[in-house]
Amino acid sequence: MLDYITSYLNSSTTPGQAGNYFWATVYILIIFAGVSIAVMAMNWIERKALAHFQIRLGPMRVGPHGLLQPIADAIKLLTKEDIIPDGADKLVFWIAPLIILCAAFTTYIVIPFGPTHAVTDLNIGILFMLGVSSLGVLGVVMAGWASNSHYPLIGGLRSSAQMVSYEVAMGLAVVAAILMSSLHGMGFYGVASNGSATGVGTLSMIGIVQAQNEQQTWFLFKFFPLGFLAFGIFAIAMVAETNRAPFDLPEAESELTAGFHTEYSGLRWSLFMLGEYAAMIAVSSIAVTLWMGGWMRPFPHWLAGDTWDLVFSLFPGITFLVLAAFAFLGVIRMPKHPLFKIQTIGLAGFGAVLGLIGLVLLLPPVRYRILDIYWFSAKVAIFMYLYIWYRATFPRYRFDQLMKLGWKVMLPLALGVLILTAILGVVL
Amino acid sequence: MVPITTFHYLVTAAALFVLGIIGVLTRRNVVIILMSIELILNAVNLNLVAFSRLYGLHGQVFAIFVITDAAAEAAVGLGILIAFFRNKETVNVDEVDLLKW
Amino acid sequence: MTPVATPVFFYFLSGLAVLSGIVVITRRNPVHSALALIVTLLSLAGMYLMLYAPFVAGVQIILYAGGIMVLFLFVIMLVSIERVEREYQFNKQWVVGILATFLLGILLVLGYSEGKRVFPATPAALPENTNTQQIATFLYGNYLLPFEIASLLLLVAIVGAVVMAKKRI
Repeated sequence: MLDYITSYLNSSTTPGQAGNYFWATVYILIIFAGVSIAVMAMNWIERKALAHFQIRLGPMRVGPHGLLQPIADAIKLLTKEDIIPDGADKLVFWIAPLIILCAAFTTYIVIPFGPTHAVTDLNIGILFMLGVSSLGVLGVVMAGWASNSHYPLIGGLRSSAQMVSYEVAMGLAVVAAILMSSLHGMGFYGVASNGSATGVGTLSMIGIVQAQNEQQTWFLFKFFPLGFLAFGIFAIAMVAETNRAPFDLPEAESELTAGFHTEYSGLRWSLFMLGEYAAMIAVSSIAVTLWMGGWMRPFPHWLAGDTWDLVFSLFPGITFLVLAAFAFLGVIRMPKHPLFKIQTIGLAGFGAVLGLIGLVLLLPPVRYRILDIYWFSAKVAIFMYLYIWYRATFPRYRFDQLMKLGWKVMLPLALGVLILTAILGVVL
Repeated sequence: MVPITTFHYLVTAAALFVLGIIGVLTRRNVVIILMSIELILNAVNLNLVAFSRLYGLHGQVFAIFVITDAAAEAAVGLGILIAFFRNKETVNVDEVDLLKW
Repeated sequence: MTPVATPVFFYFLSGLAVLSGIVVITRRNPVHSALALIVTLLSLAGMYLMLYAPFVAGVQIILYAGGIMVLFLFVIMLVSIERVEREYQFNKQWVVGILATFLLGILLVLGYSEGKRVFPATPAALPENTNTQQIATFLYGNYLLPFEIASLLLLVAIVGAVVMAKKRI
């Protein structure tokens, strides 16, 4: 038994491929815990960042600077009364949030945090992710229908129509990236020089990042405008896919009184929210893996060598130390009033924990192992911040404008990018 | 335990096929008849993929074509259903008798 | 897959598929039938994975469960929105239907028991890593004409569905 566990530690594949179920379960549990913590952190960051965008402060009371606000929200949601509308279909009403949640969480199986740090590396990785995230649409439709009320039904139908429309553009943009993974040539316009239509591409997520590594360029910059356009189409379509601003008409409170999850209260609503944020992180991971180099550090080939490796390996520790510095800055700026003593101590403790994590991440044995996960998470975090930034900045699309954008702009553009990528791949 | 052979998959596909045919022949609701047709198509797909393990990937390619055709057929069938529903306000297949004398 | 797990997964998935199939054809409420059909489709996708066909499994999940069933659910909501299915749910001709299906079942059983000796006993395992690439070689090689015809068919289906469902052409 013990050597079953330790036999994996020296292997160079993911636990799923090695057939090691113990480590696969461990990875799944880590991902589960990590996503839950990330959703709670995302909740806090969203409220604070939106508030600061709107020149106000956001939650400040619950913990120091509102740090315990997500926990308070969770307790509130868990203790609310569970109301089921009168004519609602109980089975479907109960199942709909579970479908969205399971679809969102199942996609995490193939997300590559490193060359061996995925639960498994399916041969059809990206196809699996797209397919399972399209199962979430079913949950939305069922939630809208099962509530037996007008607003959820219209909201659910609109939301699912929007999700299905933008899935098409997403899929085409993804195919463009997969085409680039088959090129095997170096540099921005490089295509393998052994004659006509080049090697064999791959649908596996780890394979795509390794193709970016081999081609020494992020697919964002490959065939210059084309990779960027494909990334742009995917970035916009993924915001529409997860029903986030500016495409959040189906769940906007001023338009449709919260759309398909109107009649859901308490724990069921929190399941919807959990599923929505998990889906956001999942599609951001797709964007990072396909276009932004996955777990590769910036400039792995232009700034190669031991000193640059050392410099870039200090980033995780320095990030946490900078966050700890912000926390201590907050401590210094706390009002010097006896009622604020607990908050000051709490914030100082939080800053100390962050600083300790930063120092641990600076130690050499940890430093080199954590790099892949760190760079991947940092890039996904940038996307999360972009989501919040969009929500604060852009006005909402009206539903017909939204559908027009999806079918009349995104789809032809994605098709054009795909055709041009294929032509360049063959011609160059 | 008995190792799973192709025969087991064929039996499952046959069971699904029979269930689909029962659904098509005995239900009143047109939508459920269309869903039973999808069951039949899936049973055929399972058959194709089960045999493709023995005889090469041609079965899987054909299964992909069947899925594509099923999508097209479902779209057109549901379109016809919507058009009919708009005229007669019912989804009961026993009432589709405009051409009967 | 270890040899012990495969029969367990097969019996679980096939039992789930057949059970959901029975639920599809016997429910009064079409939304429940649609949900059961989704369960059937997903269990079939699992069986395709066991048959070393990951690409077909992925296509099944994306197209069938994520596309066609969404279409079905939309249409169910459009046509039965005020309709409470309290009516009798079986056809006028259900006796003949069951009889015909019974005869078909007998035919299938006879066919299988005759044909059982033709197949090899335990089939060989196919390579999993290159399944998509090999299917792509077939699709764009031998089967290019059916591929193009399928895309033409989808175009015809799109135009047909739009024309059928529009209020005024």
